[in-house]
Amino acid sequence: MGRYVVRRLLQMIPVFIGATLLIFLMVNVMGDPIAGLCGERQCDAATAAQLKKEFGLDKPVWQQYLTYMGNVFTGDFGTAFNGQKVTELMATAFPITIRLTIVAILFEIVIGVTLGVITGLRRGSAVDTSALLLTLVVISVPIFVTGLLLQLLLGVEWGWIKPSVSTDATFGELIVPGLVLASVSLAYVTRLTRTSIAENHRSDYVRTAVAKGLPRHRVIIRHLLRNSLIPVVTFIGTDIGALMGGAIVTERIFNIHGVGYQLYQGIVRQNTQTVVGFVTVLVLVFLVANLLVDLLYAVLDPRIRYA
Amino acid sequence: MRGATHAKWAACAAAVALAATACGGSDSGSGSGGDGSGVLSSSWGDPQNPLEPANTNEVQGGKVLDMIFRGLKRYDPKTGAAEDMLAEKIDTSDSQNFTVTVKDGWKFSNGEAVTAKSFVDAWNYGASLKNNQKNAYFFGYIEGYDKVHPDSGTQTADTLSGLKVTGARTFTVKLTQKFSTFPDTLGYPAFAPLPQAFFDDHAAWIKKPVGNGPYTVDSYTKGSKMSLRKWDAYPGTDKAQNGGVDLKVYTDNNTAYTDLMAGNLDLVDDVPAAQLKNVKSDLGGRYLNTPAGIIQTLAFPFYDKDWNKSGSEKVRKGLSMAINREQITNTIFQKTRTPATDWTSPVLGTKGGFQDGLCGDGCDYNPDEAKKLVKEGGGIPGGQVKITYNADTGSHKEWVDAVCNSINNALGNDKACVGNPVGTFADFRTRITQKKMSGPFRAGWQMDYPLIQNFLQPLYYTNASSNDGHWSNKDFDKLVNQANTETDTTKAIGIFQNAEKVVRDNMAAIPLWYQNGSAGWSEQLSNVALNPFSVPVYNEIKVG
Repeated sequence: MGRYVVRRLLQMIPVFIGATLLIFLMVNVMGDPIAGLCGERQCDAATAAQLKKEFGLDKPVWQQYLTYMGNVFTGDFGTAFNGQKVTELMATAFPITIRLTIVAILFEIVIGVTLGVITGLRRGSAVDTSALLLTLVVISVPIFVTGLLLQLLLGVEWGWIKPSVSTDATFGELIVPGLVLASVSLAYVTRLTRTSIAENHRSDYVRTAVAKGLPRHRVIIRHLLRNSLIPVVTFIGTDIGALMGGAIVTERIFNIHGVGYQLYQGIVRQNTQTVVGFVTVLVLVFLVANLLVDLLYAVLDPRIRYA
Repeated sequence: MRGATHAKWAACAAAVALAATACGGSDSGSGSGGDGSGVLSSSWGDPQNPLEPANTNEVQGGKVLDMIFRGLKRYDPKTGAAEDMLAEKIDTSDSQNFTVTVKDGWKFSNGEAVTAKSFVDAWNYGASLKNNQKNAYFFGYIEGYDKVHPDSGTQTADTLSGLKVTGARTFTVKLTQKFSTFPDTLGYPAFAPLPQAFFDDHAAWIKKPVGNGPYTVDSYTKGSKMSLRKWDAYPGTDKAQNGGVDLKVYTDNNTAYTDLMAGNLDLVDDVPAAQLKNVKSDLGGRYLNTPAGIIQTLAFPFYDKDWNKSGSEKVRKGLSMAINREQITNTIFQKTRTPATDWTSPVLGTKGGFQDGLCGDGCDYNPDEAKKLVKEGGGIPGGQVKITYNADTGSHKEWVDAVCNSINNALGNDKACVGNPVGTFADFRTRITQKKMSGPFRAGWQMDYPLIQNFLQPLYYTNASSNDGHWSNKDFDKLVNQANTETDTTKAIGIFQNAEKVVRDNMAAIPLWYQNGSAGWSEQLSNVALNPFSVPVYNEIKVG
């Protein structure tokens, strides 16, 4: 097990370097970031040159990348164009997005898995059919439509919530945005759980457990659910990364100043430091989440062993 | 059943959300009656640069500077005329050497007195190359600028030799050339005074700026919120009529508008284009749409031989006449833009040099004449006009496509004009700087100060800072120089208008439309107005 973890961690290094290099190059290809700093006019040559020097943009790209990576390992992610440290931006943005992700994941687990179990056990019933139809609707409606619709209905028409999230972005305020963010994945989790449960329901060990006279809830939770959750856990694990990085649309609709907002701002303003810094952290989150998912397999299914 | 389940979820979620947020209370001005203590909340965007006066060149940072700073002059929010604020008098006998006397009794909100030194230090800081100030070129007329801000290499001086403190409240300014309207430029925030605290502890100042305006910064969370409160000891006559302003950063102006609808925000100063149709029914009379000092034009690459040969001016004029400005501003912009008939802006007023109709028939829609002129001028270079624009902000795609449609219809050729989008503004600017434009491109100009000079010289003077098309004309340059030396303002404006006519005769750029500023506000606000820079006049807004 320990050796497996070490091997996986080592594998992360090339993935990490490759991903950051790609992003670094992509942002650089977009053009000269200094040009966008002076509004509708040309920056005067002297100031532009000075700024380029300050941000290290006068050096060749490979050298910029090496300096940047060197700094990243000492915990310095550079400075954004508005004079703020990128680490400072991260310190404000990540807690908010993590809270949003937690809300979204909770929705996925609680509603998605519960609904999946219910529909999986009662295939063909009215509940099953309606849940299937509902998930189909949720999957096919783009997330910004769901978001804007809920915002308009709950925020303006009925006045139940504030349409935008305040600077503090408390858990309470993030419930509706979290539901919107989770909606599509939630539908997938429901369907995935349903299929998995339905399949395992017919298997021998469930029949044995029932024949042994175990109570129904114990059969479902200890035996059926534990085995059926493996694909669901994989999905949710990879979804953590996707939710954190993919919250741009939701964060924009509800004016949440999290990672998506910083990334959007960084891209529009061609701020290499911000974009690469945030994506680097997201890549790390993705890699670690994947590793945790793989390790969880062993916990859920004793047949799986890592050496 | 489907609907019921869905509604149940939503209701559950909303109920929990309610329980969690309702107790938070509203942070917008809670009815304190009209006693001037109510606080309003207003939409904001994250300023692109640190909030130093000489480093702020966009409207979001400008909003804050307008609240916390007062300069020598201030532009009247209604007329745009430059009026003395901190200046007791600005004397000159030759339009080149100026003696400035600062009024007595002004203070920064930290207690420091505003003296002649506050101005000279601030201007020296703004001009100095090592400080990376993006508005440094504003000080370019002052003697010694080439030493503190050389085009290349390192600076050989730290202070402008043209600035001298001659007393506690007086200083002299020596310019490199005659510039009669120089005093009127001093209302721009870049010329604001700075307290000693700015230089002593710069990092702390940036975190919480200190100025001499009617508001003080109470708290500032970068990237999301700034709370400004009324400064009770403010010595000026334009005291704040409300208790303060909370600026909230919105990524999307649609969300800000939704927040206004829900009563979560008091003032939106940028009504999204998509909502313009509903704004009357949503807000009734609580909506404002007034001209701002912004003009949109199409510039041409004069470095490209095909666009700069004899007869090209006919093609340019023809293209201009092929654009149905009336229809585009009505349908796409819902009348929030006005068809342009000259190269300045209505906010200048006729006294300031705006001349309605100066463009003449060149700006009238006339498809037959357009077709004829383009043909006479040798046709469109390369057979197709590609209008380049940045697609990331504004609704540029919509109007560029509409302009192209209009041109195609007028010329009777489906392929005469296409839009050429560029992904980001920065990339768009890069291409312009590198002279990579192959046809007309979007050019917008927001004035720095309400003077006709500012609409002409930076844009059309040979090698001027914003002459993106690199148009060059000896007659125009000569007239501008002449106007700058003219001490009589009325005469100077007349000469500038003559220079503008040179622009017209060559159709150096196609004027499209003047842009309006818009604002919508909640029921508890009154006396809302926008200044010529389309920034709300916060200090005059009444709450309750």
